[in-house]
Amino acid sequence: MAENQTYYVPEQSKWPIVATVGLGVTLYGVASIMVNSNQGESTTASWVMFFIGALIMAYMLFGWFGNVIRESRAGLYSDQMDRSFRWGMSWFIFSEVMFFAAFFGALFYVRVFVVPWLGGEGDKGSSAMLWEGFSSAWPLVQNPNPEAYPGPSEVIGPWGLPLMNTILLVTSSFTITIAHHALKAGHRAKTKLWLGATLALAVVFLFVQGYEYMHAYQDLDLTLQSGIYGSTFFMLTGFHGAHVLLGSLMLTVMLVRIFKGHFTADNHFGFEAAAWYWHFVDVVWLGLFVFVYII
Amino acid sequence: MSAVADTHAQEHHHGPAKGISRWLLTTNHKDIGTMYLMFSFTMFLLGGTMAMVIRAELFQPGLQIVQPEFFNQMTTMHGLIMVFGAVMPAFVGLANWMLPLMIGAPDMALPRMNNWSFWLLPCAFLILVSTLFMEGGAPNFGWTFYAPLSTTYGPPSTTFFIFAVHIMGISSIMGAINVIATILNLRAPGMTLMKMPLFVWTWLITAFLLIAVMPVLAGVVTMMLMDINFGTSFFDASGGGDPVLFQHVFWFFGHPEVYIMILPAFGAVSHIIPAFSRKPLFGYASMVYAVGAIALLSFIVWAHHMFTVGVPLAGQLFFMYATMLIAVPTGVKVFNWVATMFRGSLTFEAPMLFAVAFVILFTIGGFSGLMLAIAPADFQYHDTYFVVAHFHYVLVPGAIFGIFASAYFWLPKWTGHMYDETLAKTHFWLSFIGMNLAFFPMHFLGLAGMPRRIPDYALQFADFNMVSSIGAFMFGATQLLFLLIVIKCIRGGKEAAAKPWDGAEGLEWTVPSPAPYHTFATPPEVK
Repeated sequence: MAENQTYYVPEQSKWPIVATVGLGVTLYGVASIMVNSNQGESTTASWVMFFIGALIMAYMLFGWFGNVIRESRAGLYSDQMDRSFRWGMSWFIFSEVMFFAAFFGALFYVRVFVVPWLGGEGDKGSSAMLWEGFSSAWPLVQNPNPEAYPGPSEVIGPWGLPLMNTILLVTSSFTITIAHHALKAGHRAKTKLWLGATLALAVVFLFVQGYEYMHAYQDLDLTLQSGIYGSTFFMLTGFHGAHVLLGSLMLTVMLVRIFKGHFTADNHFGFEAAAWYWHFVDVVWLGLFVFVYII
Repeated sequence: MSAVADTHAQEHHHGPAKGISRWLLTTNHKDIGTMYLMFSFTMFLLGGTMAMVIRAELFQPGLQIVQPEFFNQMTTMHGLIMVFGAVMPAFVGLANWMLPLMIGAPDMALPRMNNWSFWLLPCAFLILVSTLFMEGGAPNFGWTFYAPLSTTYGPPSTTFFIFAVHIMGISSIMGAINVIATILNLRAPGMTLMKMPLFVWTWLITAFLLIAVMPVLAGVVTMMLMDINFGTSFFDASGGGDPVLFQHVFWFFGHPEVYIMILPAFGAVSHIIPAFSRKPLFGYASMVYAVGAIALLSFIVWAHHMFTVGVPLAGQLFFMYATMLIAVPTGVKVFNWVATMFRGSLTFEAPMLFAVAFVILFTIGGFSGLMLAIAPADFQYHDTYFVVAHFHYVLVPGAIFGIFASAYFWLPKWTGHMYDETLAKTHFWLSFIGMNLAFFPMHFLGLAGMPRRIPDYALQFADFNMVSSIGAFMFGATQLLFLLIVIKCIRGGKEAAAKPWDGAEGLEWTVPSPAPYHTFATPPEVK
């Protein structure tokens, strides 16, 4: 019975305090880069600070996760510990869902209420008086004040690169599931192959999205500064892309660990956590594809 | 590999490490709980000092002590520090100390992450407080940081404020994940969900609220960050955005947030009142369901904070009725507390005094909340001192009195000594009188039309403001007495028995006082 095993309570650890210093220095650096460049001051010192913080964070991530992996492989973790990790990862993903919910909520509010009201719909006549001649539309290419916020010449349609990216990500959800089944069946070569394929799909996705962003900036004048369409577009796809990058890093670590001989057929929660995260990223993309690109 | 396991097994029952490393590197829930509580009290004094500046300025009409710019920074920082630095960490500290003891767990589920959650807070508040010394001053737009005050018109330090909020959010989310994993996974065998102590229940639900809404706060400050630094137009109507969007997203976080600050107090009071009434809690199951109902309703009432911004009529009606519904489960709780006391063998030690005052004064704060919930009436009350009176009545005798009650209730368990009862009762009565003097007149000021967040006011408000300031100084000075009581209690005092309160129930009273450094390495059996 799991309950009869002692629950593993780790001894003192330096990683939390290293992580605090790392995160604090990194974010203070980022904030001062922004503030200094807004005020036209030199940002060199801020960049140095940022890089030092990022190095500390990298050191912490290797050290802390390495610590956990060593403990896990030493057999210190009971089934109960495993359940703690599962609850932890599940609720972390839920918090990420809520983070995206804020941006999706903003998008829906803007599209359902704000833009039509600015166009004079309902009893909001006052906003129609602010910008006479503004007519509401989505995608919004003509902003209420085009001088402050010049709109994009056009936006990115769903059936080109975004469709391709959808296919890439959905396929990657299947490939990682195949890899997981192979791991559970003990076919390690097959696991390496399909996990590698997942990672390859992820990298292609990121390149396609990078290309799409360049196209948007260079050819369409679709930028962060081009009004609410650009704001919501880049906020949602950008944070999603950042999460794909994070998920890819997780998958890379899992691939390296499999090559090093980690994981057994019935003990591989690290892999499963990365797979959960990957599915989450995939589901967010489907939401994006529908609500940002198609509708 | 087995060497690692062996060393660990030997080290497991050591006491605390020596020196500063005990606190910096700890994984012990009691150490971390203590640090949270000490940090919280430090922030309480800092935020309180700012409140004293505010009340000193408002002592008389006209500008006396500070400039309006600085006054605005004080109101903003006071709110932020009290909400995120004093109240929330105090409850996390209580959770750290008490949850493992109450459910028979050896520690929190993820002890290293637990320590990270704590240390992020001093880091975040260092950044936040440092904005006071930056060019352009600290954030000055109120703790609700409405756009465009905080975006177009905010000081340069706003960017630092945003990252400080991010760090607080990371800390809260990780703390909440830890709480949920602990409660769901580490309960002693036999402790089913409906046998859990109420403080555990309320924290389970609070942690869910935290994980659900702290990311939304992160989302809204990120949109601010983009508007300020990268030219987006989320909150700028000339680009197709809307400042009201800010308020919607903020209050989607903000309303559950106010329950995050009160539900753990509900839980603690539900332990204290039965203990000093020497009767079991009346209506345990209905208490659990009421907390659940309050938490769920908290997600669909946010726009009652923004009736005056031009919400469509249907929206105003929906949010008005949904808000009033919250009075039902809250009423259930108040009824149950009173019914628990009914025909009990009551004694009034300090925890009970604070708990009874909690029930009465929180109810007053709840009623003024109902008044504010009435949309047409809210047009009169909005942004007046009535609102200030309302939320101080739910936060000071609600959250803060709940924390004091908990502290006195569990101090014997933490320190092994009884606190000085006479001093504690003095602390209670001075706090009680000071707090009512400070906040009750604000109701009248608000109804008479005095707006909030102003450094100067019309002459007809002078008398009540002076009374209010005197009450605030009294309340503020009294809190130093609490510091004295706690220090005295740590250093000595009457030895506390394992169960110093004869009516108290629960696993935490089965371990000696002070609780050993490691408790429940093997879980107890709960019948």
